[in-house]
Amino acid sequence: MLINQFLLLGALLFCMGVYGVLTRKNAVMVLLSIELILNSVNINLLAFDAMNGGSDGNVFALYIIAVAAAEVGVGLAMVLLIYRNRKSISLDDLSEMKG
Amino acid sequence: MLASLLAAVGDFTPPTVDFHALAPEIVLAVGLVVVLLVDLFVADHRRWITGTLAGFFMLGAVLPVVTLAVIGGDVRDALGDGRYVVDNFSLVLKALFLLAGYVVVLLSTNEMEEGGYYQGEYYVLLLSSVLGMVMLTSSRDLISVFVALEFLSIPAYMMAAWKKRDRKSNEAGVKYYLLGVFASAVLLYGFSLLYGLANSTKLVDIAGVITLEGDKVGVQVLAVAFAIIGFAFKISAVPFHTWAPDTYEGAPLPVTAFLSVASKAAGFVGLIALVYLTFPAAEEVYRPFLWVLAAATMTMGNLVALKQKNVVRLLAYSSISQGGFILMPLAMAGTGDAAGPALRAVMTYLVIYAATNLGAFAIIIAVTRKTRSGDISSFGGLFSYAPGVTVMMTIFLASLAGIPPLGGWYAKFGAFRAVVDAGGGWGYSIAVIGAINAVIATAYYIMLMREMWMKPVPDGDTTPIKVQAPVMAALAITGVCTVLFGVLPGLVSKFGDITDLAGAFGL
Repeated sequence: MLINQFLLLGALLFCMGVYGVLTRKNAVMVLLSIELILNSVNINLLAFDAMNGGSDGNVFALYIIAVAAAEVGVGLAMVLLIYRNRKSISLDDLSEMKG
Repeated sequence: MLASLLAAVGDFTPPTVDFHALAPEIVLAVGLVVVLLVDLFVADHRRWITGTLAGFFMLGAVLPVVTLAVIGGDVRDALGDGRYVVDNFSLVLKALFLLAGYVVVLLSTNEMEEGGYYQGEYYVLLLSSVLGMVMLTSSRDLISVFVALEFLSIPAYMMAAWKKRDRKSNEAGVKYYLLGVFASAVLLYGFSLLYGLANSTKLVDIAGVITLEGDKVGVQVLAVAFAIIGFAFKISAVPFHTWAPDTYEGAPLPVTAFLSVASKAAGFVGLIALVYLTFPAAEEVYRPFLWVLAAATMTMGNLVALKQKNVVRLLAYSSISQGGFILMPLAMAGTGDAAGPALRAVMTYLVIYAATNLGAFAIIIAVTRKTRSGDISSFGGLFSYAPGVTVMMTIFLASLAGIPPLGGWYAKFGAFRAVVDAGGGWGYSIAVIGAINAVIATAYYIMLMREMWMKPVPDGDTTPIKVQAPVMAALAITGVCTVLFGVLPGLVSKFGDITDLAGAFGL
């Protein structure tokens, strides 16, 4: 069935995103990986809508796109902040506090 | 195109909106805009006005909460479709968030003014974060839960990084941001599966579908697990707690107080909405999951707290372990008829914990203002030059440890009673783990007390501590609540006297 392929694509994107978040050391790349997860959610929602003939999923996806934009705005500002203070956006360098 | 739209307008009947039920949110939204505008037009040396205004609007929003509690029935359906509901559960929590927000404003005033931070923006973010929490308590729909959650989180990310030039604060903000956004992405994936299963975003509709029967059990289990993981980050449950100590230490102290109380309580509100409304029938999945989270959170938080040298980090780990105690009754919510007592225990614990922890942070703010150090040793000999502050701190620590007759004792008592009443292997075993942890926790609270009462002053500087008026007011509020809830527990148990959430049945 058609729905399976969309859901598999969503699951694949989700796994790629999670893998990226866990392994990437660059703050911007982690942000991009999180975007992948959010897009996998959007694909899921739209696929479910196509399957069940609903419309709430479309609305939900629009909300997710809008909120993701706000999140990235804050995230990039924060990456810029650490770059100004440290001249590096590597997450390994963020180790001022331990314990 | 336009003509067809206009033709469609004729059929449109606007929903009946209950503005009284939405009044707290409206007051906060108006306050947000007013503070933002006032900030544009006042001179730099009068920026404190924004803080005063923010506090004013927080208290202003409590008024409709009180009138809602007094006037009308128990349940109000604000938008007429059961997606945004005002019931006793949400009213108690709205009041909790608004008062906690007000106390945080009190704690922030001096800190923000003297530190040379952006003040107007800070209070706008604080107001919008509180608005998100207030919305979350009423949300009964996947979309509004998600939007409210982001509404409360995104401003908090920025507030954690508020000390722009301070590398620790940057680090605190980035760690909180990355893990927070990752958690909400995982949560959303769970939500998308829930939506796909039920073909509805209403929590009550989803509850009818997630029964762990039929041919889609695998997807149901996955959806439940992802949704719980998302909120486990918010309440800093082990093993999703790694951001918490660093963020708490690096963020400005008033923000830390806010995160450790209000943000954590919001995470629990989300979990309650999931466990009680979204998948109450899936207890075979969420009970072991939450059981393990609760046990790990209590134990890890306590063991690491024992060896902390920094007082804020100590309280960070203490608040992680307190989160485990709050999770404990929630894990047993589906067992037998434990649902009502468990909900009451969680609510009571949240209210008392909020008062106590905010008070402890108020003391730390007052003391570090003089000592300029977060080390536990800087609290040495506090009694010899600041007896009042020491006595207050002792009360808060004793309450956190759960020593009668203070509030924390009643909170712990309620949590343990709920689990033991639920009984069974799960219930008794978590009660035993909890009891052991309560004893371990007492050790580090008493260690801090001993430091204050018995150790010598580290550098011989015994000039008395001047507690500023706003911090004093915050101390008075939290201190009175902490003692009162312990001596007259009937007071808070009346607030928490909610056997069921509106929306779980009917509507």
